[in-house]
Amino acid sequence: MLKEKKDTDVGRKNGTETNVKKAPFGNSISVKRADLFYGDFHALKNISIEIPSNRITAFIGPSGCGKSTFLKCFNRMNDLVEGCRISGEFRIGDVDIYSDATDVNELRKNVGMVFQKPNPFPMSVYDNIAYGPRTFGVRKRSQLDEIVERSLTQAAMWDELKDRLNKSALGLSGGQQQRLCIARALAVQPQIILMDEPTSALDPISTGKIEDLCSQLKEQVTVVIVTHNMQQAVRISDKTAFFLLGDLVEYGDTEKMFTMPHDKRTEDYITGRFG
Amino acid sequence: MRKIYDTQLKLLKQKMSDMYLRMEQSITDTVECIATGDKKRASEVIARDSEIDLLNEEIQQLCFRLILTEQPVAQDLRTISSAMKMITDMERIGDHAEDICEIIVESKEDGLALDYGHISQMASAVMSMVKDSIQAFVSGDIALCESIGKYDDVVDDLFEKARNDVILLIRHDVKYSEKALDLFTIAKYFERIGDHATNIAEWVIFAITGEHPSLQ
Repeated sequence: MLKEKKDTDVGRKNGTETNVKKAPFGNSISVKRADLFYGDFHALKNISIEIPSNRITAFIGPSGCGKSTFLKCFNRMNDLVEGCRISGEFRIGDVDIYSDATDVNELRKNVGMVFQKPNPFPMSVYDNIAYGPRTFGVRKRSQLDEIVERSLTQAAMWDELKDRLNKSALGLSGGQQQRLCIARALAVQPQIILMDEPTSALDPISTGKIEDLCSQLKEQVTVVIVTHNMQQAVRISDKTAFFLLGDLVEYGDTEKMFTMPHDKRTEDYITGRFG
Repeated sequence: MRKIYDTQLKLLKQKMSDMYLRMEQSITDTVECIATGDKKRASEVIARDSEIDLLNEEIQQLCFRLILTEQPVAQDLRTISSAMKMITDMERIGDHAEDICEIIVESKEDGLALDYGHISQMASAVMSMVKDSIQAFVSGDIALCESIGKYDDVVDDLFEKARNDVILLIRHDVKYSEKALDLFTIAKYFERIGDHATNIAEWVIFAITGEHPSLQ
């Protein structure tokens, strides 16, 4: 059923309610007939998509096509944008994430996000990782130690950083900072991780490490990644969605899309003949 | 947008056409040489094989360069990857035409003696397969590709008949055994050319549809 959000503040209000139901989120994403407006601008047009669990799904398309906007719908980041209106059905597992019963904090714990530019907090490596768990009430040092080690191991950084846990995260290289941000997202044990061009500011070696990491992570979490790098989409994703001017033009298995796309616009974009 | 890339892809198609035309000429000449015993023309086919080999090398290098520099996908990927497979089959067809012509040049028999039994029918059928595979490549005609698979069955039947012709020839008089061996070798080369033409048709279908069927 379609639901119209008249005011994005609704989401924030929901998030501050104290007696909200802890929703049993899953790790697949289902969107039906989604539209999004920024004021009068129709940024996403009647999008329906099923994103499978424990797979990497890539969103591709030229700048301004709506792929990052769509990504941010999955953890309601767009709620924070003035004048943003969203309609349609967004489900994670069985949960309608835009329903009044949804705890936005709980949603964002389950749906982590990594951005284009690494954004470690100006604090130690340890405290960066422990920040999320502390926010959600974990206080015991031994428990936090365990979470930090587990998260850094998951992000393939434990051996690199185990002797530098108390050093400032800002002293790490760009690639390390980005992987630290992934580790930080993993610390609260999300079931989905959204990545918005996570390697566009990184060198090829750091990019390779993050791509390898994504491939390992999909055993535990669902990954949705926005990328402008076609080869990256081919290398790491199982499914690809091509967006153009707010439309979802084509969605399917990555290998199929990059060998035999159905739509001429997809063909033209992925072969670099427009965009 | 991507003008250099498009120019290189056009160059690839141009070189493929050049190679096809030389291969087609070699097959046409070979079939006529069998009928006429024209050793001079057979020598020209042998000489032409080095041109086909050179084009094979050039196309292969061009494909590697395109993959390395342009990272092709979709239609471009299918065109380039199928081109790399097709040139291998075209090069082998050229080799087999050369092999047949070497037999003609070295044969003590006149041409008509090699145009024996079902071999001329095999030669005609194979020539049609090669010509159709070229036409299918140029026009992107999938139906034509699929008909090449049926030709291949005809060629296989004719090969069996040609083999029986050879057995009968040896039984007739053992002094024909050397000639019989030449005839059998020629028949086998034609049968292989038919297989390569079928492979080409399969890769033409892949280039168009993304599916690689088995036509054999």
